[in-house]
Amino acid sequence: MKSLESWGRYPQVEQRTQALTWRSDALPEVSGSVLPHGLGRSYGDSCLNGGGTLLLTSGLDKFIDFDPATGVVRCEAGVSLDMILRLGAPRGWFLPVTPGTKFVTVGGAIANDVHGKNHHCAGTFGRYVRRFELVRSDGSRRICSPDENPDWYGATIGGLGLTGLITWAEVQLKPISNPYVLQETVPLANLDEFLVVARESEADHQFTMAWVDCLARGKKVGRGLLYRGNFAPPQFDGLPLAKSHLSHGIGLAVPMDMPSFCLNRLTVSAFNWLYFHRQNGRPKQRLTHYDPFFYPLDAIYGWNRIYGRRGFLQFQCVVPYSTARDALKDILERSSRGGLPSFLSVLKTFGDIPSPGWLSFPRKGVTLAMDFANRGEKTYRLVEELDRVTREAGGAVYPAKDARMSPESFAAYFPRHTEFAGYVDPAFSSSFWRRMHPVSLPFSLESERASGAPQPQSVLALR
Amino acid sequence: MKKVLVLGATSAIAQATVRLLAARGASLYLVGRNAANLDAVTKDAATRGAAKVESKAVDLNDFATHEALVEGAFQALGGLDGVVLAHGVLGDQAESQATWTATEAVLRTNFMSAVSLLTPLANRFEAQKAGTMVVISSVAGDRGRQSNYVYGASKGALNVFLQGLRNRLAKANVAVVTVKPGFVDTPMTAHLPKNKLFASPEKVARGLLRAADSRKNEVYVPGIWALIMLIIKSIPESVFKKLKL
Ligand SMILES: Cc1cc2nc3c(=O)[nH]c(=O)nc-3n(C[C@H](O)[C@H](O)[C@H](O)COP(=O)(O)OP(=O)(O)OC[C@H]3O[C@@H](n4cnc5c(N)ncnc54)[C@H](O)[C@@H]3O)c2cc1C
Repeated sequence: MKSLESWGRYPQVEQRTQALTWRSDALPEVSGSVLPHGLGRSYGDSCLNGGGTLLLTSGLDKFIDFDPATGVVRCEAGVSLDMILRLGAPRGWFLPVTPGTKFVTVGGAIANDVHGKNHHCAGTFGRYVRRFELVRSDGSRRICSPDENPDWYGATIGGLGLTGLITWAEVQLKPISNPYVLQETVPLANLDEFLVVARESEADHQFTMAWVDCLARGKKVGRGLLYRGNFAPPQFDGLPLAKSHLSHGIGLAVPMDMPSFCLNRLTVSAFNWLYFHRQNGRPKQRLTHYDPFFYPLDAIYGWNRIYGRRGFLQFQCVVPYSTARDALKDILERSSRGGLPSFLSVLKTFGDIPSPGWLSFPRKGVTLAMDFANRGEKTYRLVEELDRVTREAGGAVYPAKDARMSPESFAAYFPRHTEFAGYVDPAFSSSFWRRMHPVSLPFSLESERASGAPQPQSVLALR
Repeated sequence: MKKVLVLGATSAIAQATVRLLAARGASLYLVGRNAANLDAVTKDAATRGAAKVESKAVDLNDFATHEALVEGAFQALGGLDGVVLAHGVLGDQAESQATWTATEAVLRTNFMSAVSLLTPLANRFEAQKAGTMVVISSVAGDRGRQSNYVYGASKGALNVFLQGLRNRLAKANVAVVTVKPGFVDTPMTAHLPKNKLFASPEKVARGLLRAADSRKNEVYVPGIWALIMLIIKSIPESVFKKLKL
């Protein structure tokens, strides 16, 4: 048994691993359940399989073909978005949708139906997946697309790795005329300002997102900086290409686990204050390479280790516009009141472009993501409260970032979950899935309990 | 190396080397045993920028095909200026001790098939007075140890063969590069517990190409193995035979 962590390093579970190398090979025979694993950039327990086996897909990293005329790339599921960018960007093709890190696999991007800063105009990653192959434990192989096996296509996009193994996929890239983004930063005084500026920005900016100071209280709740941008036109609108604008992120690495006392209310507020005031209250425009614009965190390799051994919990929710103001205010205030600072908090808006995925998380509204250092019970209770607030507001929590949502919440957030359950491969399971279905346990929970996985938190779970 | 024949192209080190060569825009002729896996590596190389990629699925233990295989590679790429020989098996020491058949299989694949392939290749490279032959051997060939001396012997014999070949081809401007990796994290070693000495196939591939570019004779990759093997080789035999290595 080997301890493979998720990005949040919580929960810690024991599981076996099995590396995959060739896409034409049959699934390995193992006892117990399996779950595909990409680059482990999910935060909670959805990419973990305590007591079972993780099928490591990093060896499935071969390209199949790329057409520079149409921008269609076909590759194995373990190919990372970084590899696709290296192939496509120099030839004028970019990812149609990208999460905040490029170190995720195509399989992982499909299974979580990831979103980017352009959800309002592009929708989710799944929309650009033209076809893929799904291998099931019964040995069957299906090509899935909107026309071929559309039900499997819909179940697998956002399907949390539970419907089978995606071996390869075909993705439509989008053309760019250069690798630079014209970025504007707008200071926001509070949440109300965010709601206005974000909506305005959607009209003529492909990419928007806001960083918020989670410790601001009262009238200042939601204070932050909004980033918006577009790929620069070929001539850069006459702006000179200064050297400093072209830099990529510097390659730093967090060398070891930082002691958790490094992150406390004081350091977080100092950091947030500095960050906010760097801006002097004025909007600022600059030209920047896509790397620091889309992937600022990737510049610090292994930044998750700043939270120390106990790791951290991320919480990301989306709430409809109708309830957004009150619900988000409530969530932000609860987290700041709890004395549990969130180091990085991000707000953005989702549009209403539908995804083909049945369990896709994004939906029209406002989304908020927060990181909480793991301080045990206190943190778990806070995140559970935030889950409840989200549910009451008619929103949803993102499974890829979750370690505490309740089974009732999951059922409420994903109305097609029962239909989906019929497509789960009987040999596949995950720690997350068992946590959501504590009544019908296909595999033993014993080892997970023993190793400190999250305890079921709902009354239902006790049955 | 612009036009390269890769023997055992689906092995992990060869795959990583093929990627680096493809990114440089080389033309490649890939040979491997499993047709589906070879096809995956071929398409990957083509997508990553190889000028041309051809492939042939054959079992290199069938020596009778070797002449034609080499001929085919020259034809397909319009000449060759590089060879990367990467096929090999680890074998099972216990089985080899039990039966000659198991020993023979290791010697055939690691030593004899290599010699059978390098013979026509050497003759052609010598005639064209150009080329680089890179052969993946192993640190295990430096000294026989009870834990894997059959594998070690196959690689040791290969090393001596390559020394002679290098000596012969030097005046024809042909480089013969013996690459000696230490532990590499590949499917071949998947069953072994890993430690800090295990290098990734990518790292070994980079070292391999650096050695090929500068036409080195013998290289250890990663370099730390030169030191380790120096120590291991200098232990007197009277002491060595009592060690459990
Ligand atoms: C810094 C950072 C920023 C992020 N920003 C965003 C963001 O902006 N938007 C967003 O949506 N997400 C974001 N994420 C989350 C991340 O994009 C997702 O969790 C992504 O799915 C991780 O991919 P992975 O390859 O690491 O997969 P893993 O985390 O290893 O696995 C994710 C899921 O995919 C399944 N899976 C993996 N490979 C396969 C396969 N071949 N076949 C079937 N199932 C498979 C797994 O079983 C699991 O359920 C961010 C994460 C980080 C660390």
